[in-house]
Amino acid sequence: MTVVMVVGLASGCGATRADDRGGDTLRVVGPFEIHSLEPTATSGFFTRLEVAETLVTADLEGNLAPGLASDWSPSQGGRTWTFELVPDVTFHDGTPLTPEAAVDSLETVRRDEASPLAAAPIEQIAATDTGLRFELSEPNLTLPAVLTHYSTMILAPAAYDDDDHVSELIGTGPYRIDRIELPASIEVTRFDDWRGTPPEIEKVSFQSVSRAESRALMATSDDADVVWHLEPAGRQKVEASDGVSMASTLQPRTIMLKVNNDHPILGDPDVRRALSMALDREAMAEAVLREPELAATQLMPPSLTTWSQPDLAPLEHDADGARQLLESAGWEADDDGVLTKDGEALRLNLLTYPDRPELPALATAIQASAKEVGIEIDVEVTNSSEIPVRHADDTLELALVARHFALVSDPLVTVAETFAPAGSEWGVQNWSDPQLTAAVDQLLTGPSEDRAEELRATIVTIAQEQLPLVPVAWYRMNAAVQDRVEGFVFDPLETSWHFSQVRWAS
Amino acid sequence: MTSSAAPARLARVLAGRALQAVGVAVLVSGLCFLVVQRLPGDIAYRIAAGRYGYDLVDEQAVAGVRSELGLDQPAWQQLLHWLGDLVRLDFGRSLVTHQPVLSEVGYFLTGTLQLAAVALLLAVAIGAALGTAAARRPGGVVDRLTDLWVAGVRALPAFLLGLLLIVVLSVHLRWLPSAGQGGSTTIILPALTLALGLSGLFARVTRDAVVEVRRSDYVRFARTKGLGGRLVLLRHVVRNAAVVLVPYIGVQAVIIIEGVVVVEALFSWQGLGHALVHAVFWRDIPVLQASALVLALLVVAVNTLADLTVLWLDPRPRGQEALR
Repeated sequence: MTVVMVVGLASGCGATRADDRGGDTLRVVGPFEIHSLEPTATSGFFTRLEVAETLVTADLEGNLAPGLASDWSPSQGGRTWTFELVPDVTFHDGTPLTPEAAVDSLETVRRDEASPLAAAPIEQIAATDTGLRFELSEPNLTLPAVLTHYSTMILAPAAYDDDDHVSELIGTGPYRIDRIELPASIEVTRFDDWRGTPPEIEKVSFQSVSRAESRALMATSDDADVVWHLEPAGRQKVEASDGVSMASTLQPRTIMLKVNNDHPILGDPDVRRALSMALDREAMAEAVLREPELAATQLMPPSLTTWSQPDLAPLEHDADGARQLLESAGWEADDDGVLTKDGEALRLNLLTYPDRPELPALATAIQASAKEVGIEIDVEVTNSSEIPVRHADDTLELALVARHFALVSDPLVTVAETFAPAGSEWGVQNWSDPQLTAAVDQLLTGPSEDRAEELRATIVTIAQEQLPLVPVAWYRMNAAVQDRVEGFVFDPLETSWHFSQVRWAS
Repeated sequence: MTSSAAPARLARVLAGRALQAVGVAVLVSGLCFLVVQRLPGDIAYRIAAGRYGYDLVDEQAVAGVRSELGLDQPAWQQLLHWLGDLVRLDFGRSLVTHQPVLSEVGYFLTGTLQLAAVALLLAVAIGAALGTAAARRPGGVVDRLTDLWVAGVRALPAFLLGLLLIVVLSVHLRWLPSAGQGGSTTIILPALTLALGLSGLFARVTRDAVVEVRRSDYVRFARTKGLGGRLVLLRHVVRNAAVVLVPYIGVQAVIIIEGVVVVEALFSWQGLGHALVHAVFWRDIPVLQASALVLALLVVAVNTLADLTVLWLDPRPRGQEALR
């Protein structure tokens, strides 16, 4: 790494600057760091940058779309899946994409427990003349959706070292890697042998900047063309400056309270309902997220159109109702105004993590809301991994988490995991409902669309009545985009950043 | 080094520092290991979160991490293993990124050294210029203004100073990039932030040293000898003042190296501070131990360098300790 030392100030650029400060490079800045080239550990980075591709991808609406596979079909009721590869695809090192290469990539990632593919009931992946055949141990209709997950990216044989770790990222996408400096910067260049329409933007650079204030400054001082994830103060700054504007989209992510339903206090559905009624979600969404519409009225955000139930009675703020519920459940205020029952005070511990800056702020707002109705909450902000730890040893009481419902393009996969009867790290704990479990199982067998709609409604309704997870807010992603960038599209699922579609404004 | 330096003395300095380095290495490694073991939370879960992002952390992923890294071995075995590798100079691979630790820490060290070097140069330049100017007339206007400067930059925390610089130089004047690490200009703001904070102290020390030297007998003698004012300043005052200044610069360099954490975070500069914070956060023991080790050895190296420079600069008969 060489850095030319320039002592003194860059000359010739005063307050008026040319529009092409970034030259022909699209400069992208975001909070995420790239820790590793291992497909499971890339957080989708290389598929979003369109360096690597998966067999199946998702369009902006979340529907499955051809990636490296042109089409796919189940047989034996979904026990066997056949994928046909797009012909004449070349890896960035010039080698052809063969069925064997695709099988090798998938076999490698399948051994990595962190990939959703590791959980799929695969017995064998075989190369055919023109594609791949998956032999499963049981029928499974979500396999194509799982193959949209970034960890299932197909890389060239030369990408792997002797012990099957990725040493160089050689994919098939419209952009190839020019330079990688883990953890914070990547440069990619247009790949000339790409099979589709050549992208207009020749070079894209990504730089990781962890502080939101710094990112906002970069957006307003034209140090970057696309800046992901600004906080409210930064958003206002961008909206007030010329030459750059905000873009945003609802993301299928719900901020919710994970509840230990075996807990002596929280095991009572009335206490959970009272806690939910105590929350002034709109005020929280306005104060913390600066957008009252993000207050969650149910578990599934409206961006998941197939899952969201507009007719469902919404979760509402009702402090008096919450107090009455608690009273009828046997909780009485003692001399200090603290609710007690059988000598036990209504005190709960709430765990959350700072990776998403709004979570600790929301946690304290929840604490204040709950106090209004007599529920004492202690907030503990810690590392995100504490939540699965305490889920495992059953010491968790409440946790505020942000759950993404479309980790793979079909939300059903994540929903099934969230409501797993045995519990799930980022989903329910010590709670199951036979009717809901049956509905999930039926959905997984691929019923008719009408029936599927009924089943989805059943699941969402039961979750709303029982509140094993208490929804708090939905989620909006945003980015600041310079005016010199045209054709920027926002993908709610973040399958891809679609920079190959972007143009320079003339 | 000049040939007139007594080789015996040089050897003594080097041997002492080498011994110190070995001691520091063992102590720091052991301490890091203990600290990580004592930190709350399950190490395997932390590493999995660092690797995969929390959305993918579940029991299976963690079990995979645990068996892959042998985290179920007793702690003393893991420590012995690390020390054994250290003796063979094998630092292993990061638990999170799977990159060789040496190349990873080397990358961050380069970042920190660049930042520290530029900052130190700037600080010495600004400080020495101000200090020398102030010393020309002790108690004069320049001297008072320098005092004000010293108090001002010392009182401002690096964080605030950095933000001020960003607002002025990057947002309003649009001269410099506000953050990140790329082109040749990105280093200026973080280095300037560090340098301004240090320059006050340098100005203070330089001023006092220069004043003291100017009052000394040999300077008066040089003047009597008929040397011009500028020559006296260069040949006698600066050189003698430098004997006091160099060890001090050494101490400051150490402070810079340890103080880059805040500035690195503010400007998204990839350095050892960044590496340390992340390694602690993710329980990435090899990277943590290696980063801490490099930082500790850096302190020893800077001190050694300061010793040698003083040996070479000090015009008094070799063998007397320089002022400390």
